[in-house]
Amino acid sequence: MTMDTVDAGMGKTVMCLLTDPEGTNLGSAMYIPQNAGPLQLTHLVNNFLNNEEMLPYSFYVSDEELLVPVGTYLEKNKVSVEKVLTIVYQQQAVFRIRPVNRCSQTIAGHEEAVLCVSFSPDGKQLASGSGDTTVRLWDLYTETPLFTCKGHKNWVLTVAWSPDGKHLVSGSKSGEICCWNPKKGELEGSPLTGHKKWITGISWEPVHLSSPCRRFVTSSKDGDARIWDITLKKSIICLSGHTLAVTCVKWGGDGIIYTGSQDCTIKMWETTQGKLIRELKGHGHWINSLALSTEYVLRTGAFDHTGRQYPPNEEKQKALQRYNQAKGDAPERLVSGSDDFTMFLWEPSVSKQSKKRLTGHQQLVNHVYFSPDGKWIASASFDKSVRLWNGVTGQFVTAFRGHVGPVYQVSWSADSRLLLSGSKDSTLKIWEIRTKKLKQDLPGHSDEVYAVDWSPDGEKVVSGGKDRVLKLWQG
Amino acid sequence: MPQGDYIEQHRKRHGRRFDHYERLRKKEARASHKHSTMAQKSLGIKGKMIAKKNYSEKALMKKTLKMHEESSSRRKADENVREGAVPAYLLDREETTRAKVLSNTIKQKRKEKAGKWEVPLPKVRPVAEDEMFRVIRSGKRKTKQWKRMVTKATFVGPAFTRKPPKYERFIRPSGLRFTKAHVTHPELKCTFCLEIIGVKKNPNGPMYTSLGVMTRGTIVEVNVSELGLVTPAGKVVWGKYAQVTNNPENDGCINAVLLV
Repeated sequence: MTMDTVDAGMGKTVMCLLTDPEGTNLGSAMYIPQNAGPLQLTHLVNNFLNNEEMLPYSFYVSDEELLVPVGTYLEKNKVSVEKVLTIVYQQQAVFRIRPVNRCSQTIAGHEEAVLCVSFSPDGKQLASGSGDTTVRLWDLYTETPLFTCKGHKNWVLTVAWSPDGKHLVSGSKSGEICCWNPKKGELEGSPLTGHKKWITGISWEPVHLSSPCRRFVTSSKDGDARIWDITLKKSIICLSGHTLAVTCVKWGGDGIIYTGSQDCTIKMWETTQGKLIRELKGHGHWINSLALSTEYVLRTGAFDHTGRQYPPNEEKQKALQRYNQAKGDAPERLVSGSDDFTMFLWEPSVSKQSKKRLTGHQQLVNHVYFSPDGKWIASASFDKSVRLWNGVTGQFVTAFRGHVGPVYQVSWSADSRLLLSGSKDSTLKIWEIRTKKLKQDLPGHSDEVYAVDWSPDGEKVVSGGKDRVLKLWQG
Repeated sequence: MPQGDYIEQHRKRHGRRFDHYERLRKKEARASHKHSTMAQKSLGIKGKMIAKKNYSEKALMKKTLKMHEESSSRRKADENVREGAVPAYLLDREETTRAKVLSNTIKQKRKEKAGKWEVPLPKVRPVAEDEMFRVIRSGKRKTKQWKRMVTKATFVGPAFTRKPPKYERFIRPSGLRFTKAHVTHPELKCTFCLEIIGVKKNPNGPMYTSLGVMTRGTIVEVNVSELGLVTPAGKVVWGKYAQVTNNPENDGCINAVLLV
């Protein structure tokens, strides 16, 4: 009798230690009943942290997500009850984005293939650039064209909004950069010249570093990157050093510019004088895409899911707060995807050696993107798969298969729970991170899908491609 | 001494005229005037030849001048906007144009139901039975002549098993059985080696269709999953029809054109 009760007593609880992703323990080891599932653990963590509102958490035991009660997990994996079980908790986004499942509108207007689309950081405006040399602004409430901005001489390859949403910049195949006023759809000044070949990427300086957004950096096929000032309307600094085309450029949150190039290197530049800080070598072929762990926060600036507008002096503070929250205590991480079928995870401010090499793709990696909370990395490759990796350690999590053609671009929803991919086979697919499966298939385009974007407020998805129409999808 | 060398010998011994170089220089200076009088005065074919030569020299001179002019003034040459816009990540890559998405599936279904297809070879030479089959004699005295062997290329499915030899009337030799066809996409003009799924219709008769005989003009269904085609509804296409364009029994391979 006593044996039974002792056994029952021991079987009902297990010793657990809750830790946060960076390793600090939450309290000391405690006994938790075995029928406690993720919901009960969430309550527990919220109590310990004295949170005012119930924040959602997800729990991981040795890198596997804990979806079942602790007891079931123990039985399945035959973990001994004697040892202390370390459970890592991670905060999930407070808001939940509804997955999109229908095409609400197919808007024609462009006369040639749509090459790039971008939502403004507050999610209220939409801009797209196309092969017919125009940039078009679209009204999201009526889902109709708003402005047609003419001024480029050749295909518009990239378009970028400033993080405060006040400026729109686009780069073309002839090497010119045009600045537009998004409220009126007019060209501001004349096109900025300086680059000799086509523009491959544009990145703005983060709001928390300079509050009215002034500077942005562009990369070009001619091998240099230039920093421009939009108020002076000229190129301030030219960052030359790469021997071949610069394929992508990102302005990091700590004020460092990262450029990836076809000469297989990534260079880090400091922004006051344009000097080269460090060079990251390791790839064996062209670098196609770069992604920073705080990229999403830098892109959206002071806007978050609540949709509040801030006056200019408060913007900088709010943006800084959001940035620090997203970054955490760890240094900023950078991931680069290359033609040599691999990706590298770097901690560029710490060392010039890569932290991890992410292998697994069977064709070149076209696009890499960190999730908005920095926990996951998604990579789109020409081998028709999208792979998911752990954003902190770089470990491979799962491969999403389903596309029948090369996957061109990926985009995350603002809560990091859903991933969108657009491919050459004219479909878009939404993948759910929690179940690691296909959530929704979005067919409808009649030709290759070149560009996809998810609005920062999570309401709409836009996709454009070779069939010259823009499709808006809604939940 | 050879007769042409005396002049040279005189020059070596006594030198040239005192005004020789002056006169030579002036003569060369007048050469352009002389050339122009010749060009104006010449008649007939000679005049035409001179005119043609002059014109080609003028054109060449104009080109070189323009080239020199270009380098002195720094202006970026205006590039024409080309067709086929691609995003920045595809610009440096040469991609073979792949098969586009299917035309409307509903139209296709309707066509299938009606049984009317627009095929590349609408009419083919009819194949006679004695050309298609060879009589096989059987029996103890080799007098029975009810067996036939197919002399054309055939397709049997993967789950095919022969009937017991005593009862099989049509023999399909394994040497003439094919599983793959070289299918050409008519618009892209590229050929893929695709697996055959089945024989849909042989124009020579339903008996040949049921036997799986593939002659010129036969419609076969091929596995196109490797082309990565997607219907507008989002479903992946894995089978499409193709029409055989050669005589497989003569060539040893099946060439077909895809019906899009």
